[in-house]
Amino acid sequence: MNLTDEKIKDLSLKAERIRESIIEMLVEAGSGHTAGPLGMADIFTTLYFHSLRHDPKNPEWKERDRVILSNGHICPILYAAMAHSGYFPIEELKTLRKFGSRLQGHPHREYLPFLETSSGPLGEGLGQAVGMALADRIDFGEKSDRFIYCFLGDGELNEGSNWEAIMLAGKERLRNLIVIVDRNNIQIDGYTEDIMPLDNLINKWQSFNWHVEEIDGHNFENISNAIDIAKAVYERPSVIIARTIPGRGVKEFERDYRWHGKPPTKEEGRIALQELRTLGGKIKGEHQ
Amino acid sequence: MLNPQLRLNTNLFDPNVEQVPTRKGFGEGLREAGIRNDNVVALCSDLTESTQMNLFKEKFENRFIEMGIAEQNMAVVASGMAAMGKIPFMSSYAMFSPGRNWEQIRTTIAYNNQKVIIVGSHAGVSVGPDGGTHQAIEDIALMRVIPNMTVIYPADTVEAKKATMAAVYNKTPVYIRLAREKSPVITTPETPFEIGKAQLMFIPELGLAQVGIIATGPLLARALFAAKELEKRGVRVKVLSLTTIKPLDTNAILALAQEAKAIVTVEEHQIAGGMGSAVAEYLAKVYPVHMEFVGVDDAFGQSGTQDELIAHYNMDTPNIIKACEKVIDRKSKIYQ
Repeated sequence: MNLTDEKIKDLSLKAERIRESIIEMLVEAGSGHTAGPLGMADIFTTLYFHSLRHDPKNPEWKERDRVILSNGHICPILYAAMAHSGYFPIEELKTLRKFGSRLQGHPHREYLPFLETSSGPLGEGLGQAVGMALADRIDFGEKSDRFIYCFLGDGELNEGSNWEAIMLAGKERLRNLIVIVDRNNIQIDGYTEDIMPLDNLINKWQSFNWHVEEIDGHNFENISNAIDIAKAVYERPSVIIARTIPGRGVKEFERDYRWHGKPPTKEEGRIALQELRTLGGKIKGEHQ
Repeated sequence: MLNPQLRLNTNLFDPNVEQVPTRKGFGEGLREAGIRNDNVVALCSDLTESTQMNLFKEKFENRFIEMGIAEQNMAVVASGMAAMGKIPFMSSYAMFSPGRNWEQIRTTIAYNNQKVIIVGSHAGVSVGPDGGTHQAIEDIALMRVIPNMTVIYPADTVEAKKATMAAVYNKTPVYIRLAREKSPVITTPETPFEIGKAQLMFIPELGLAQVGIIATGPLLARALFAAKELEKRGVRVKVLSLTTIKPLDTNAILALAQEAKAIVTVEEHQIAGGMGSAVAEYLAKVYPVHMEFVGVDDAFGQSGTQDELIAHYNMDTPNIIKACEKVIDRKSKIYQ
């Protein structure tokens, strides 16, 4: 279903609010990852406020789609998207990484029960998503209209266990599995192609019998269409390779791998929020 | 004498006692569990016949997932299936699962508290000719340190079948350790079995025990042979079968320590970190007694037959007897 102009405007405003939450929670926590969560804000917003079949008021709903965040270190975006869609109070976001918080530094489903799984150690989300898709097929066969979404980082693809899961999903032709790779080209030690080259990523997935799409991860229409196509693909799992800009939304953080694994200081956070709230200085901020 | 209440195999001390590998009981138990519960599914890493999962696969083709040689992915996929309400059994050789995929088991199965039953077959040096690369003697240690994990090491094929069927209804993830080679059938279908409950298999005909043997896995048979021999020599022995290593049946262990004041643990595993360590950790705190540990003493395995290797690593009947004599001797020096 194509997005109307109005819907796109809604989503982009929502994404900005979510980015603000990310900055606020990271400043408050004093540690955590900045670039990844900001870079994935547009995709998470599209998923949680448009594409995903879910009911935040009834998180146990059996027919819901499942979301697996494999690269658990970008959990500020997951927590923010969940809070803004009503799973828990937005105020709670400020407890991130604090003692006793439900929002553990890396997601833990025993602490926050609305999560489908715990994650953090890389290379382990995709296999779980494959397991869910297999279980779903055993129960409902090819007709199941429940989808399993799995987010992967690009650097994470260094982990060999991913390729075991990619092989199995291709072999099993899991059409109810949709993977979204955050292709932001950075990892902790530098740029992905310097650390451990991944290209040609499209050919790699295709050769494992996956349907592959490559999109601009900041274009809401692109994101929504790619998900619709992935749902329609028959007899193959789908991967959406989303080209994203790490740190997207705050000029100071964009495209710089040094923002992968650190939070903004209070002052950096203040400047970032100012930029987000004024659309980069184009309008007068309401909080000024 | 064998504890008459447990209805053990009366032929146990016959040289021609029936011998069956524990993995066989697992295969039968899994098939039976599959019949009784539709949610049971099975995953295997290219060792379907070796681990006896073929019995399940033949009956439930659509509930069996062939993973290929990919143990890490097997653990993770099993976790995902459990999250959707399935009860997955995953099997391979213990060296590779939980040997290779330990962190996947920790994070995706135990940390999530997803009930997956991890079946490590071909454990111990008794695998034999394959040699040290394939002889997992560290896996009890690996699994018992993980929170939420239940650790079960059946002593014979009958118990392996019961443990497999009971694991379906356990509340937490389970590790079941199995052996490749044949071992004596000790129990019968009438012998009681409960996860977490140790059983006194051998008791003195009269009086209190001078030594308590705590054994786990198929070496229980050799522990019973040792007890029988000691009984002949006039030594009063109790043998506790500790099939569930975690959670530990502390009541049974404490009662035995209080009575015998000398304990020998027997397991086909590294002494460091194994069942003996678990018993010692507990007793050191509540009721310290002299202990001897029968197990592999900080060494790797090698090629050989089961009997050759069990003897070489000092885990055979004569060595269990020796350990009992040693610990009784140490105790008597203190209590005389």
